[in-house]
Amino acid sequence: MPPSHLSHWGLLITGDPLIYGADASIVLATVAIIFVLTKYKKWGWLWREWLTTVDHKKIGIMYLIAAVLMLFRAGVDAELMRTQLALPNLHVLGPEHYDQIFTTHGTIMLLFMAMPFIFALMNIAVPLQIGARDVAFPFLNAISFWVFFFAAMLLNISFVIGGSPDAGWTSYAPLAGAGFDTGPGENFYLLSLQITGIGSLATGINFLATIFKMRAPGMKLMKMPLFTWSIVATSILIIYAFPALTVVLTLLLIDRIAGAHFFTIAAGGNPMMYINMFWIWGHPEVYILILPAFGVFSEIAATFSRKAVFGYKSMVFSLLLISLISYFVWAHHFFTMGAGAGVNSFFAVASMLVGIPTGVKIFNWLFTMFHGRIRIKMPMLWMLAFIPCFTMGGMTGVMLAAAPADYQYHNSYFLIAHFHQVLIGGTLFGMLAAMYYWWPKMFGFMLNEYWGKWAFWLFNIGFYVCFEPQYILGLMGMQRRMYTYPKGMGWTDLNFISTIGAYIMGIGFLVLVWDIVYSIKYGERDLTGDPWDGRTLEWSLPSPAPHYNFAVIPTITHRDHWWELKQTGRQDELKIHEQDIRPIHMPKNSGKPFLIGLSFFVVGWGFVFEWYILAVLGLLAIFVMMFMRSAEQHPDYHIPVEEVVHTETALGRL
Amino acid sequence: MMNFLDDDTKERKFHEENFPWKGIIGYIMSIVLTIFAFWFSLDHVSSLGPTLFVILALAVLQIFVQMFMFMHVTESDKGFPWQTFGLISGLIFVIAIVALSMWIMTFSSMAS
Amino acid sequence: MSTTIDHTGAQHGHDSHSSTGAFVPLEYSDPDNAIKIFGFWLFLAADMVLFACLFATFIVLRTHIANGPDAQHLFDVKGFIEETFILLTSSFTGGMATFFMRHRRVKGTVAWLTVTALLGMAFVGLEITEFVHDVGIGATMQTSAFLSAFFTLVGTHGLHVSIGIAWMISIIVQLIRYGITPATARKVFIVNLYWHFLDVVWVFIFTVVYIMGVIHA
Repeated sequence: MPPSHLSHWGLLITGDPLIYGADASIVLATVAIIFVLTKYKKWGWLWREWLTTVDHKKIGIMYLIAAVLMLFRAGVDAELMRTQLALPNLHVLGPEHYDQIFTTHGTIMLLFMAMPFIFALMNIAVPLQIGARDVAFPFLNAISFWVFFFAAMLLNISFVIGGSPDAGWTSYAPLAGAGFDTGPGENFYLLSLQITGIGSLATGINFLATIFKMRAPGMKLMKMPLFTWSIVATSILIIYAFPALTVVLTLLLIDRIAGAHFFTIAAGGNPMMYINMFWIWGHPEVYILILPAFGVFSEIAATFSRKAVFGYKSMVFSLLLISLISYFVWAHHFFTMGAGAGVNSFFAVASMLVGIPTGVKIFNWLFTMFHGRIRIKMPMLWMLAFIPCFTMGGMTGVMLAAAPADYQYHNSYFLIAHFHQVLIGGTLFGMLAAMYYWWPKMFGFMLNEYWGKWAFWLFNIGFYVCFEPQYILGLMGMQRRMYTYPKGMGWTDLNFISTIGAYIMGIGFLVLVWDIVYSIKYGERDLTGDPWDGRTLEWSLPSPAPHYNFAVIPTITHRDHWWELKQTGRQDELKIHEQDIRPIHMPKNSGKPFLIGLSFFVVGWGFVFEWYILAVLGLLAIFVMMFMRSAEQHPDYHIPVEEVVHTETALGRL
Repeated sequence: MMNFLDDDTKERKFHEENFPWKGIIGYIMSIVLTIFAFWFSLDHVSSLGPTLFVILALAVLQIFVQMFMFMHVTESDKGFPWQTFGLISGLIFVIAIVALSMWIMTFSSMAS
Repeated sequence: MSTTIDHTGAQHGHDSHSSTGAFVPLEYSDPDNAIKIFGFWLFLAADMVLFACLFATFIVLRTHIANGPDAQHLFDVKGFIEETFILLTSSFTGGMATFFMRHRRVKGTVAWLTVTALLGMAFVGLEITEFVHDVGIGATMQTSAFLSAFFTLVGTHGLHVSIGIAWMISIIVQLIRYGITPATARKVFIVNLYWHFLDVVWVFIFTVVYIMGVIHA
């Protein structure tokens, strides 16, 4: 297992044209970035404004950029896979390469695309919605981001140095153990997930503390916006699920580099314990991915129907119920492992129960729209596409939850189609809807609707063309992770159609990027701060919000407080008076989170190649920086009243 | 039903004694519970099943000793002490992980 | 470790009495510190789940001894009884440190924290001795699944204790340098939360790992 037989150059020289292409593009992109930053003298700006920031809004934007970049990277993986499967017996990719591509596709889409997308929205919206000036622990928040960022770098760099992981995104033992999977690829997976997991756990703690302890006066829990509620449920799941990931990855790493026997075949190890523990994290994880989307849709349904959300309390209750039940369903990922009828029945019934609170939410959204004055803007369009798509995905999920029937569907393309339908139709549609919704709040301009609609229709049509045939392919017996298939199975036509759908989705993504580029140049400015005629507190602020968010913290009297004020003509209650402004207590920027992230990268690198001196040095650097932080006597400062007055006057709010 | 959710504005009162009675009583309790667990199990006072039940129950009691006597679990600067909610839900998930994993993985010990 | 933002934007008062005159401990006297204490409780909830996973792994694999020794032949009853009483006592002394901190008695706080850290070192020393002995008789992590799980569960707890000791020492240094301030008071309170939590985990380790290992006949 130790890659000592590889010379250092052997890690780089692989003889694969795809990898040389990737090498070249990485070098070119790096040179281009360095050139632009140097030419326009932007290094100082980059360091001061972004790399050292502890402002939740900027951290949110960095998460968003990272998520879109990762969506591109893992999307390219998807297109490569669909190209390979378009026709029987193709050899676009070799089998080893195909294994690497499907592994990185899944890993990146879930951990390095969907998670940061969610964190982007949490960061951007939650403090503004609850009337706070930042999150509970801004310094920790910055650490979370940089730890995620460098973990993403670590995983992505595996493609060109050392080889990507190739045991699937679930990385089951014993296949992923040292006996079957030599080389550093699997270590890249274990370390990068471990490192980003630390950041995710910190984010969960951070936001739960923020929401419970930092709401504006008067905002009782039952007056909180539903997106904030969804982040409560998500954070709870993060706090209780991510430690399981930490443990399972650590144990597999110990197996691999220290020769222990948790998940080996020999010496009493039990690979099935890996599967069991992986899904203790893995199932709550998929609810971590979907609940924020539910929150987004609750905001959008109410805003664009100009009605209060139907059944607010049942919405809150079902969010919490979903997060509770989702902890008792994990074994449905391995019904076929043979744990027995009792176990399978328990987990099958629990899985089906999740459908009840989810159904409540679907009906509540429909009733919110019913008799509403609906405006079809981009966020609402994505919401309307979500409802049928997610409902279908949910229904095939109930089919999979029926344990006896699952023996037929298990690990077939039926499963692939199901989870893509809930993850794309649920999570990704939700994230895109949210991106359109909060974009003006982030950047001060709107995304273009014309190109947005093109992207929407291409992506949606492409989705159905790509994934509906896969249900049938699954029923016809096509298994997941096959790198090719012979002629005469009757699979050719459906695979070909599916590949066309994937290409249409790819074009849809490119149009989406074009929409962003176009809008940066020509996008309509948001001068009011309230472009959608919104309901919650963030729309009472200018776009983008000043870095302290609220010059004066408002006192909340109603659910949908801003809407209530507008309806009764009392917007002036949020107007700022100079005599109310006090010095604002804010955290100072710090370079330590960036350096801590970098140190984690060094630690990860050290473990991946088993260069332990490097790992120890990285760990030492982390401890030294934490100690320095602990000894800092003034990590914060006060913005003087004059500066706040000046900023607010410039924004036309005084 | 959800009234306590909205009870987050009241100031809470803290209690601090002039002599550390709580700590001393907590220490004595933890020692007594531990001695009892050692005696009950290592001297084979009862058969295996009841012994397991008794020493686990004693361990659970020790949680409460530490929480209430040492960790000031009910304190909060304002409103509901939400950490109790965190700990109780954590406990539910801990029991779920351990008990359900044992149940799921039983078949492997039957097979081996 | 990080900074919080208060709602009011006003300067924080450092007096220990709220407007109503009721007693408010120093570590709760400003919202910055109170929220950090809450955040640490949430971390403990997560750490609890981490140990739950290690316990689950240990319980599932405890009978998988392959060609290695079983619990009955490996565990030294006297050793784990000693470790238990040392850690229980250190939990008490940690609680005393919080008590003295709340009475603003910096010398007492430092003294009790020092005793706690020393007891922690004694505990870790005993544990290392035990591990060295086990390895000496050929019972290593590589021997069997049972031993992999045993060393990982008990070792993770030991690692937590060791980190706690280093943390305590850094807080003792800060107490000597800055006295009892809202920030150092909060650090004393939090490190003791951590310490009591590790005591609870150890109670389950001696119950589930050691006692059950020894009496399983």
